Amino acid sequence: MVGAINNALDLAMQADKNVILLGEDIGKDGGVFRVTDGLQAKFGEGRVMDTPLAESGIIGASIGMALAGLRPVPEIQFAGFMFLSFGQLINHAARYRSRSRSTFKVPMVVRTPVSGGVRTLEHHSDSPEAYYSHIGGLIVVEPSTPYDAKGLMLKALKMEDPVMFLEPTKLYRLFKQEIPDEAYEVEIGKANLVKEGEDLSIITYGTMVNVVQSVVEKKKLNADILDLRTINPLDEEAILKSVKKTGKVIIVHEASLSFGPGAEIAARIAEKAIFELDAPIMRVASDSFPYPFPGYENYYIPNELKISRAIDKLLSQ
Amino acid sequence: MLLKRVYEGTIDYLQVLDENGTVDATLFPKDLDDSKIVEMYKWMSYARSLDAKTLSLQRQGRAVTYAPLIGEEATQIGSAMAMRPADLFVPNFRQHGVFLVRGFPLELFFIYWRGFEEGGKMPEGFDGFEVIVPVATQIPHAAGIAFAQKYNKKDAAVLGYVGDGGTSEGDFYEGLNFAGVMKLPLVTIIENNQWAISVPRKNQTAAETLAQKGFSAGVNSVQVDGNDVIAVYKAVSEAIANAKNGPTLIECVTYRMSMHTTADDPTKYRTSDEVEFWAKKDPILRVRRYLNAKNLWNDDLEKKMEEEHLKAIDDAVAKAEEFKPDPKVIFEHIYSYMPPTLKEEYDEAVKNEFWQGNL
Repeated sequence: MVGAINNALDLAMQADKNVILLGEDIGKDGGVFRVTDGLQAKFGEGRVMDTPLAESGIIGASIGMALAGLRPVPEIQFAGFMFLSFGQLINHAARYRSRSRSTFKVPMVVRTPVSGGVRTLEHHSDSPEAYYSHIGGLIVVEPSTPYDAKGLMLKALKMEDPVMFLEPTKLYRLFKQEIPDEAYEVEIGKANLVKEGEDLSIITYGTMVNVVQSVVEKKKLNADILDLRTINPLDEEAILKSVKKTGKVIIVHEASLSFGPGAEIAARIAEKAIFELDAPIMRVASDSFPYPFPGYENYYIPNELKISRAIDKLLSQ
Repeated sequence: MLLKRVYEGTIDYLQVLDENGTVDATLFPKDLDDSKIVEMYKWMSYARSLDAKTLSLQRQGRAVTYAPLIGEEATQIGSAMAMRPADLFVPNFRQHGVFLVRGFPLELFFIYWRGFEEGGKMPEGFDGFEVIVPVATQIPHAAGIAFAQKYNKKDAAVLGYVGDGGTSEGDFYEGLNFAGVMKLPLVTIIENNQWAISVPRKNQTAAETLAQKGFSAGVNSVQVDGNDVIAVYKAVSEAIANAKNGPTLIECVTYRMSMHTTADDPTKYRTSDEVEFWAKKDPILRVRRYLNAKNLWNDDLEKKMEEEHLKAIDDAVAKAEEFKPDPKVIFEHIYSYMPPTLKEEYDEAVKNEFWQGNL
């Protein structure tokens, strides 16, 4: 996935001189995960900038650049550090269009690594998608494959909205996938039906997609697996279509349970399809507290067994 | 037309012990004597041994990502030794030497760096706060802790540590400004090790010194040779003595001899010439030269000291590795009580033995 995002940024920068990258250690060092490796050498220090260590400044300045016609791609080194720029995102990126009745727009793509499972220090494993989805005005995207990462990034870079581009750290190098060399787009706001089945619907995204796939394969389940790809706005149509077909639904994400994305998805299903369900909606997520230190993360993140037992419970109803 | 100069500021640079081990007697602190210098030497050596051990554990997969301190011993030991018993410190993630001097149990240190919150369970009365990872966010805390000391009429100062990169963060300035306007007993120590991961000090700010950032908050500021343990001790002692009158900002000019953390490779972004240049300014070497010249130290003493340190470190590692995590605890310290909704998740996790094992 690292290579796919790098490639997407490279293509976008070749195609549009307004695309510029900024962030901590993204230039010479190529980013702490090497996502921007080689881009400064290729496009120069004027377009791939190592900034001072100041997250609020990075996002605030990116908003300014976007207001003035550029298309900045700020990187925040880890999702846990993005909260230092929370005020800029919520107060300004999410609102500038509306407050100006679309006189102004903030076309920027905020990149950050999210989620855990790789034994990192505190604040390096957060799954913050619900915070940014809650405000409205921010598009929140999270790829689960290299193919989607490239296509969603190229699409995000064509949008006239601020896009939060959440990159699961664990998936950066977890598996390889052949992807086209040329530019292509994956639509934002559309979920991907990864696998089709009749017995139940599993709605997921990000780090949990391949975990869910593995469970489905091992248990030989006849399930729909819906990879949301975009958290906000939700592809409600795809969710309801699947749920109405199977009558049973389980939502799986790494973000913690309470007030998480699963709550929103479950509420929409309950409002619009409850009479077509033959079992209660289920959620599998991390428990309802902040991400623990790495020594405990395997007790926190949902794993195959936790997902499997929840599915057993769902299917037994 | 009226034109008058309304502000002028200067920053002094302090060095007492130079690279050759020569001391400027006029600047030598009155409360220091040679036995104290030997003590400083021992602590710095101890910190370096602790650092080397933790790095080696990390390389063996026995510790998580770790931020080495090598090169920065004088800044950490000099400041920690200047603290009085009632004083407190607020670290970032690299002040292992400060924890060491202030008596933090090494067993807990190694439990922390194995990746367990139990390593952050402070002994009763310990004078430091938790390791803080998001850069500079601890400086407003330090200001608040300093406020509480003043509010409670305690004669105590708070040492707040931040790196060179951290001075670019809003929280650094906000904490400093808060302390300035309320005249709080806060001593902010910038451990300027020249590199914020791959970004050099010169690309962090156009300001000539980091100390001068104190001007913008009306805070007394000084720059010291951060590889000179005596200069650091002197500047911090004076700032602590003056803390009842208000805050001080101390920029310690030092050098990160190793990586930012075990997750990066410094050869990618800096030259070996630069590293060699700083190696000559080594904070421990110059004290050794001073002690040698005065016949206060020799190879036998060195060997004996090293053996003692390594034994203490190895014993602590052994104890820390005996620590067995109990996953139940991750639920038990979220609130002061267990809310029913969390209890339900807890019961489910316990019943399922935390879903350990294969599908």
